[in-house]
Amino acid sequence: MSFRERLQSWRYNLVPDHLVGEILTKRWTDNAIPFLALVVTLATFGSVIPGFFKLTSLQESTRQLGEFSMVVTGMTVVMLGGGIDLSVGSIFALSCFSAVYAFFILEQSIWLALAASLATGLVFGAINGYLVGYLRLRAFLTTLVTFIFGRALFDILVTTYAADVQLSTATSDVLDFIGDSTFWGLSVSVWLAIILAIVTHIALTRSRPGWHVLAVGGSRRSAHNAGIRVRRTVFMTYVFSGFCASIGGFLIACRLSGAGPGTGLNLEIMALTAAVVGGVSLGGGRGSVIKGLMGAIIVLTMTNGLIRLGYGTGTNQMVLGIMLAVAVTIDIRWLKNRHKVLNEVYVAPVYLRMGETQSAAPGSGTPYELDNRLSAADHIGLGELEGPEDVILDRDDNLYCGTRHGEIVRFFAPDYVRSEVFAHIGGFPLGLAFDKAGNLISCVGAMGLYSVSPEREVKRLSAETSRSWTSIVDDARLRDPNDCDIAPDGRIYFTDSTKRYDAHDWALDSIENRATGRLLVYDPKDGSTKTLLDGYRYTNGVCMAHDGKSLFFAESWACRVHRYWLEGPKAGTAECLIRDMPGYPDNINRASDGNYWMAWLGMRTPSFDLSLRHPDMRKRMTRRLPQDEWLFPNINTGGVVKFNEKGGIVEAMGDLTGGAHPMVTSMREHKGYLFVGGILNNRIGRYKISGADPNWTSAASYWGPKP
Amino acid sequence: MNTIGWPNFRSLNQEGIVFAIAVVLFVAAAIGLPGFIDPNNLVAIVRSVSVLGILALGMAVVIIGRGIDLSAVAIMAMSVAWYLQLLNTGTSDGLAFAYVLAGVLAIGLLNGFLVAYADVPAIFVTLATGSFVFGYVRSQLITQDAVPVPQGHWVELLGGLRFLDIPIEVFVFAGLAFLFFLFLRYTKWGRYIYFAGDNPVAARNIGIPVRPMLVLRYVLSAFVAVIAGLLTAASLHSINTRVVNSTLLYDIVLVAVIGGIGLSGGRGGVRNVLVGAALIGILLNAMTIIDIPLLYQNLIKAAILLGAIIVDGILNPRDEQTAQQGDI
Repeated sequence: MSFRERLQSWRYNLVPDHLVGEILTKRWTDNAIPFLALVVTLATFGSVIPGFFKLTSLQESTRQLGEFSMVVTGMTVVMLGGGIDLSVGSIFALSCFSAVYAFFILEQSIWLALAASLATGLVFGAINGYLVGYLRLRAFLTTLVTFIFGRALFDILVTTYAADVQLSTATSDVLDFIGDSTFWGLSVSVWLAIILAIVTHIALTRSRPGWHVLAVGGSRRSAHNAGIRVRRTVFMTYVFSGFCASIGGFLIACRLSGAGPGTGLNLEIMALTAAVVGGVSLGGGRGSVIKGLMGAIIVLTMTNGLIRLGYGTGTNQMVLGIMLAVAVTIDIRWLKNRHKVLNEVYVAPVYLRMGETQSAAPGSGTPYELDNRLSAADHIGLGELEGPEDVILDRDDNLYCGTRHGEIVRFFAPDYVRSEVFAHIGGFPLGLAFDKAGNLISCVGAMGLYSVSPEREVKRLSAETSRSWTSIVDDARLRDPNDCDIAPDGRIYFTDSTKRYDAHDWALDSIENRATGRLLVYDPKDGSTKTLLDGYRYTNGVCMAHDGKSLFFAESWACRVHRYWLEGPKAGTAECLIRDMPGYPDNINRASDGNYWMAWLGMRTPSFDLSLRHPDMRKRMTRRLPQDEWLFPNINTGGVVKFNEKGGIVEAMGDLTGGAHPMVTSMREHKGYLFVGGILNNRIGRYKISGADPNWTSAASYWGPKP
Repeated sequence: MNTIGWPNFRSLNQEGIVFAIAVVLFVAAAIGLPGFIDPNNLVAIVRSVSVLGILALGMAVVIIGRGIDLSAVAIMAMSVAWYLQLLNTGTSDGLAFAYVLAGVLAIGLLNGFLVAYADVPAIFVTLATGSFVFGYVRSQLITQDAVPVPQGHWVELLGGLRFLDIPIEVFVFAGLAFLFFLFLRYTKWGRYIYFAGDNPVAARNIGIPVRPMLVLRYVLSAFVAVIAGLLTAASLHSINTRVVNSTLLYDIVLVAVIGGIGLSGGRGGVRNVLVGAALIGILLNAMTIIDIPLLYQNLIKAAILLGAIIVDGILNPRDEQTAQQGDI
């Protein structure tokens, strides 16, 4: 190995590039920017302002933070529902005035003042909700107008009653407690804000109304089509926002024992900035209460910090303006380009030097030498089928195959002309096997392991295994279950080809060539799924040995076949049986003569082998070239290979014309015929095997003669 | 069925309704309010809506292109305040004016760039830049809320200028309205604004330079705001930056929307601005004569604006098919 190649293999096999892409697929990366902003803000102001973190100073700021974060929570919910509420400042001010009026002028109890406050907020919110939700007016302008309206009303009320409030002698211990005291070290407003945030968070993430809000914000039309009452949901978000703002208003009434012209001024732009800076998306559906709270802390720290640093009038507006513009722009650009960035960095190829192989070219004289026998196969279901990856026959000679439409199709014996949809599962049914009771077990790509009873009842057996501790993407989920086979004791052994890509992206997995394929076992006794082996390059076909004591499985991108021992001294270990084949192996099945059939989905090419030694080149290729110009494994020629228990190659056959069976993904021997399937083919082939046992069936080989 | 003698109500559009209301209000005020019909008062009405109308012209062009400019008032007040501040601190007139124009151009370009090329909703961009312009100029460039016009400066002389006993801003308003009318009606780019506002994607597909034109509109709106600011300073001999926090901005939107310029874009014209300005001018004047306090006037204006937006929502319902997700 040259020094350059050694460097390449270190660089690409030891540096975990793929983790960057995996981290970016996480929703929590959305929080990274606001969280960093929060840390930077707190650190900056904490170090610039002496005594910023002192208890007394924090006490006062947190009281303000409690009120403010409530308003932001309301704003967050409205924004999650796809709207915006600019009238929060007015609601806040009017609710504050209601409490003050009820308490100081009407001299009612503090609880009545609270009720007045809440009523004000709810009514105001309901007006907004009616206009935006039911009349479908534009949220921004409508709430802007109700904001002006509320503000004008508040200014009138405050100037009219200011003197009366000053002269009032009403006092209350409760009011003083809410306004000035602390409870377990935190002020009442902070406690209330925390409770409100927790309740709102749970409601949004764990309850039906909360999901409706997120659904409406995510896609209004789809939510409507799904039967969600969109208008009522929107209405309720505004009512909730009014409710939140009114509690904030009540708290400030208690804290300041009055209402002034400055109450709630600029609150709407502050709350809006807080929500957006925290990462709540404009247009709805994305965001959380926690994000809103982060934004609230950032905004309040900045504005209060600037005041305490002695910057003059207008600085707040300047900073708010900058923060809002930057945050909105980042939000929009991030949402728009996130998937592009993800596509750019997700594919992280590794270095692999494939071993020297024997030629499969006709006339080369090797055991792998392909001939043209498969081109003579009859066809079944030509033009009716799309993507029969695997084929299987039952005891009554009926033929089954999966299609890319998520169906399992049955062709009736003896002529296989008439067909019906046996079962609809969804996904992409790949590997098939019959268990002892005659249930059809299928590995369904992108879904999991499924069982279809003779009565056509579809049952999910397994969709997940246990998660490994070091995984970043959830590797418990089966992404690409590929083939399965059943041991004499009923346990189902199956492969999951890759943890990194979904089933239809198998080509990307071949380019990346990272070893993430697994062999798993499902135990029908307790319904558990266990991972037996991990770290293969695209595990594919599985087949029980004739004696049931070991199984064979294919490792496609490494062109190997392995043997995994179930019993005996080597139980639980795997050994490589065939290495460095000239083709990429797919499904493996039993043959009547005690050997095994193996399908080749494609052939190795010198160019692709070379590219595997140049991961940097493959990385550039996936980033800079359109997909149809990429270098892929050659899947224009495949074949069927027979091998024996010792790993020796018995024979190989193919379709050199490429007309009938260019890519072969499976084959099944049945009563002297070989049935051939291909995942990109439009037919099933039937090939008469010369010299094969005309009575041998797979079902009898596994489960004994017909009962 | 159209009964003889009754107008066809279906053919009545918002502009017609508003115009009718304006006429009715005018007649009612002329009969009921002493001194309303006095020529001096009529001139005062036109004068009072001139600045508002000029700002509304700029806003109208932006709204027709399916946008909105919430930074107009901030640009109007702060640019002129900075200009006067520069003059008061001894900067030469030409240089000061060049500074201000460059600043205004920069803000207009920033607005347009963020809306057109970064795809940020106009409402948020202009809300943010408005806040920024006010905050930056107030905290960094000027020292007090109100900045006076220097003695004997041309801006002061402009305020005293009369032609046929009518103040100069009325003529400026009329002239600008005529120019905008010509621009929107008879120039290629003026017509393109309607296409872009009605269906931006289709406009782009047929080859209209939608995004550069968007930038142009925000720059235009910013410069119109400067003209309005200079006229305000001319008539008051100072500029008070607190106007940014007043309801002037909403009055501008009010004039445009109430005149019948649909907020969904692609509809309306200069005539709608004139009708809207007439109604608001008459209304404000009548309220002042009746002696309604300013605070109550705000309440009444907000109520009218709310009514106008509701009517706008009913007459120009949002098209669910072309409305974008998150179009708020």
